[in-house]
Amino acid sequence: MSDAADADFRPHRRLRRLLGPIFGAACLLATLTGVVVLTVLMGAILSAAVSGPPHAPWYDLGAHARELGSLVSRLLANRQSSDPSAAGYHVGVIGSLWLLALVATLGIPVGIGAGVFLEEYLPAGRVRRLIQTNIANLAGVPSIVYGILGLALFVRAFGVKGLALGPSLLAGVMTLSLLILPTIVITTQEALRTVPPSLRQAALALGATRWQVISGHVLPAALPGIMTGTILGLSRAVGETAPLLMVGAAGSLLRAPRGPLDRYTALPVEIYNYAKEPNREFQAVAAGGILILVVLLLSMNAVAILIRNRFRRGR
Amino acid sequence: MMTRNEPTPPPNAPAPEPDAWGGQSRISALAEALAPVLLGVCGLITVLTTVGILLVLAVQSLEFFVKSGVGIGDFLFGTVLKPEASPPRFGILPLVWGTFLVAFGASCIALPIGLMSAIYLSEYAPRSVRGVLKPTLELLAGVPTIVYGYLALLLVTPVLKAILEPLGLRVEQFNALSACVVVGVMIVPLVSSLSEDVLSAVPAGLREAAYGLGATKFEVSTRIVLPAGLSGVVASFILAISRAVGETMAVVLAAGMMPQITLNPLTSVETMTTYIVQVIGGEASYGSPKYLSLFAVGLALFGITLTLNVLSSLVLRRYREVYQ
Repeated sequence: MSDAADADFRPHRRLRRLLGPIFGAACLLATLTGVVVLTVLMGAILSAAVSGPPHAPWYDLGAHARELGSLVSRLLANRQSSDPSAAGYHVGVIGSLWLLALVATLGIPVGIGAGVFLEEYLPAGRVRRLIQTNIANLAGVPSIVYGILGLALFVRAFGVKGLALGPSLLAGVMTLSLLILPTIVITTQEALRTVPPSLRQAALALGATRWQVISGHVLPAALPGIMTGTILGLSRAVGETAPLLMVGAAGSLLRAPRGPLDRYTALPVEIYNYAKEPNREFQAVAAGGILILVVLLLSMNAVAILIRNRFRRGR
Repeated sequence: MMTRNEPTPPPNAPAPEPDAWGGQSRISALAEALAPVLLGVCGLITVLTTVGILLVLAVQSLEFFVKSGVGIGDFLFGTVLKPEASPPRFGILPLVWGTFLVAFGASCIALPIGLMSAIYLSEYAPRSVRGVLKPTLELLAGVPTIVYGYLALLLVTPVLKAILEPLGLRVEQFNALSACVVVGVMIVPLVSSLSEDVLSAVPAGLREAAYGLGATKFEVSTRIVLPAGLSGVVASFILAISRAVGETMAVVLAAGMMPQITLNPLTSVETMTTYIVQVIGGEASYGSPKYLSLFAVGLALFGITLTLNVLSSLVLRRYREVYQ
């Protein structure tokens, strides 16, 4: 190697060696922003929730836990009120539980069914590609557009009186079911794809019919993946606010719904109403509601991720 | 489904009919026939959802244009949005401007952070660290958007005020910058997880060849892996922008409801999603031009996000490097 070429390389060597770790550290910092955000989020919400007058020193964790416990139980027991000390989420929590249960019985089976149909029955070809593209695009539609759909189709039924559901629980459930449909279909399909074809062939060779193969062998094998998608979809449905505002979840409601045709409100909608109050006294109320919602949703998602990771490792 | 009846055919029984093999009992034969029909209906619902969205937006927007007498040009390019004035003015340019101001600001935060964390997870992270960080980022993606909106009110705006007001800048209670921050933080997990999938899929042979030629880790990451996965990274960027455009609750709580065309991110702006929420929360009666305008704005929003999503999948498909 000539001296000139050697001199060309040498000056940069130290810089090049140095740049790698520096860049790596910067990338690590960027990755940690996620963790930092999660910590700051919980910290800010916790401190806003327990900033009541009787201030214990910060290290008195027992007192804070007790205060938090009494705040949450108070919020769960009280209904909406214009008085911050008497305000709570009783009706909203019950409404959200209704939504959760009805979406699980109405929306989830349809999503799983569509996934099974696309993966197991529909032959590959132009129709299947078209439906697949359609589902991928539906997954990217903003949630508020689903709210507009629900408003015109379910709540108003284009002005046809007999069909219109009004701002009822059922209209909200149908809107949310359509909203999570793409998620459920896509995760169901992915789960079905992981089932080895040999399983199907073995069952078919023993004389099982198509439906027997699917219901008896393929679906049980794909169950963990489908469960993950289902839980993720349900947690998304519980956390959504914008579509429910569109389909008329009531701003203030003092009576919990008794059936699918009653008026309703939901936890995130009530949080929104408290959060936009200019009165700062409502901050603790809103923070407490967020705390209930975040703990509920994060534990649902954690369960879903755990199921999936265990399932992946098993294969 | 696993019914097991022992077939005990009489000695001279006629041969079973050719189509009787569908099941030993009537019920399972019925299930066999009904299953594809019922599942097909489920599949049809996904198609009908798209049809429903298009139909609702098109019909109601048409009604809006007919009833209000606003031309499509005035609607798309009008710079004044005053639905209450007489005559009402429906120019959605301020809304589009606000939407893209927030989306642009959010991208400035989310795209570099998301890309760098994708590079870290796929190139630098040891297996154990990755096993902890990846689920955490996924968990972050499950936080509902209303929480981010509340975070803007509770934390981001006060912090911005504390930093910028001493410098002589006026920060409004509702401002575009805090919306940019929270929406940016919100879409980081989307960028990082999609990009990471693509970068991890780059074949190890490429990396090994570069290392063999004496490249450093930085050079391998930025000059080999990143260009190889570029189409996927760009596709994830476009998807993230689309998500920021369609984001509602965080923006409603953070950015306020003041439709104006401004470059100052410290003032309040109004996005398309915010306008829709504002109309539905207001007193506009059903069928009035103001009420119907939410469908026209919804149609424009749907058009923008659909274009971005299609563009994203086109980029992914057209410019993908295919490895054996």
